[in-house]
Amino acid sequence: MRRTWKQLNLKLRDFLASLCFSGPSFVGMLLFYIIPFGIVVYYSFVTGAVDRSFAGLKNYRDVLGNGAFQIAARNTAVFSALAVPLAVVLALALAVMLESRIPLKSQFRTFFLSPMMVPIASIILIWQVLFHANGAVNEFLRVFGVDKIDWLKSDYCMIVVVLLFLWKNLGYNMILFMAALSNIPRVLLEAAEVEGASEAYQFFHIKLRYLSPTVLFVTILSIINSFKVFREIYLLTGSYPYQGLYMIQHFMNNMFNDTDVQRLSAAAVVLAVVIVVLIAVLFIVENAFGKDVEG
Amino acid sequence: MRRKRYFSRTVCFLLCALFAVLFLMPTVLTITNAFMTQSEITANYGQVFQNANDGKSYISKRINLKFIPDKVSFTQFFTVLLKSPDYLLKFWNSVLFTVPIVLAELVVASLAAYGFTRWRGRIRDSLFFFYVILMLMPYQVTLVPNYLVSKWLGVYNTRWAILLPGAFAPFSVFLLTKFMRRIPVAVIESAKLDGANEWHIFWNICLPQCRSALYSIAILVFIDNWNMVEQPLILLEDASLQPLSMFLSTINQGEIGIAFAAAVIYMIPALLLFLHGESYLVEGIAHSGSVKG
Repeated sequence: MRRTWKQLNLKLRDFLASLCFSGPSFVGMLLFYIIPFGIVVYYSFVTGAVDRSFAGLKNYRDVLGNGAFQIAARNTAVFSALAVPLAVVLALALAVMLESRIPLKSQFRTFFLSPMMVPIASIILIWQVLFHANGAVNEFLRVFGVDKIDWLKSDYCMIVVVLLFLWKNLGYNMILFMAALSNIPRVLLEAAEVEGASEAYQFFHIKLRYLSPTVLFVTILSIINSFKVFREIYLLTGSYPYQGLYMIQHFMNNMFNDTDVQRLSAAAVVLAVVIVVLIAVLFIVENAFGKDVEG
Repeated sequence: MRRKRYFSRTVCFLLCALFAVLFLMPTVLTITNAFMTQSEITANYGQVFQNANDGKSYISKRINLKFIPDKVSFTQFFTVLLKSPDYLLKFWNSVLFTVPIVLAELVVASLAAYGFTRWRGRIRDSLFFFYVILMLMPYQVTLVPNYLVSKWLGVYNTRWAILLPGAFAPFSVFLLTKFMRRIPVAVIESAKLDGANEWHIFWNICLPQCRSALYSIAILVFIDNWNMVEQPLILLEDASLQPLSMFLSTINQGEIGIAFAAAVIYMIPALLLFLHGESYLVEGIAHSGSVKG
């Protein structure tokens, strides 16, 4: 029985048409991300590239028990714990300040956003001038009688990278908060104003409540961005940084060099699971919090 | 009450000004220092870049951070642009990675976003969720599959190892879908009643309405790829294929005057794009503010 295109069920037609349009993207995603990731999962459970017998959780135990991996995971955790709260709170503060009636507002927005567009590789030179043992920051601190600190080769190294991270990411987060702030119903704030609510009261009881989904989104985004800070660290310190700056990507680069595909796969799967859990938390909380203000 | 408002506004302004200075300082310093003569910059920063010392130049004992050069000089720029083909080659490499990826992503994403817009339902939502998850995966996760695929296809250590996965990156699909879904269904339905086919609706109705969205996505994708470090580090062994971002991190050993000039030349395309398209960029970021389709 032949059916012509016109006789086909309308819904099915829509479905097939949109499949045609999305097709290239689906194929690309399958080919370059999803199927190979499935194979990565498979590799993480076998013993070797040649002898592919089931290894159970051995690769995972190797990765998780590896001293270098533990250092990298701890450093990443420390970095996230320092950088993420600052990235959220400071970005919110900037957004709130830019909301008040001050002169040069749009210029300030441009200035805060500009680091996002400056390639980090371009800025590395000046960062080294600032934070070298003989650098400008030490020179400045010397005035106050502070001893020389070798910023990138001591336990202070995290501070340098946190500053670079904030410099780069605050603008993006600030725009997200500004967009959310402008979506708060004006009527509500005006009513509060008429009833004599202070600015602090308005902020904590009205604005923050409406912002809660955005706060969560920015938090998750910042956590994920904090996994990407390897780029900055690599450009600042190369492949072999001070131990306090050794990140998970450094650990994985070594395995790429040894073409240790099994453990590499296990590490990738572990990270993927961590990210998926984070996103799941975001979705659950956004659903729970978002509903009562959206309606 | 009014006086209190005025006071808090002044504090806000001063804080913003302070932050603005901190945010601008690294960029401005890099740009102004690029105009210093080689001898001046060696004298100022010789203490930091040890290898820059050729034993002959004067180096000040203390580091000397300066905004304004004593003598404005353009020779470093000429050296970068005319005398050292290495920089230009690496710059060209960056262009050859970034421009094709931006164009390919725009084509793939606008088709896919249209598909996601026209098709509503459970399966669509879960597929879209999948894109979101992939979009949020850091390089540590995606590079392992990319590495394996590049080996199978035999493109490891060639440009294609980076271009092919780059063309299908999920971020642009995610963002463009959010823009396209704002086009009212009624517009599409009425076009259909008038006898327009799907391609016609896509090309003549949906795409023109997304022009600013396409521009903001192009900017975001551009800056991400202009900055690339992770992919070339893993997928390219050949030094001659590396983009300028990788190269800049290694040149501080050489003449620092030239390094500063190269850094400035490298940031020019990104800064021009920013100055021209800032409002589009802001709109694009604002729309990425929720993971829901």
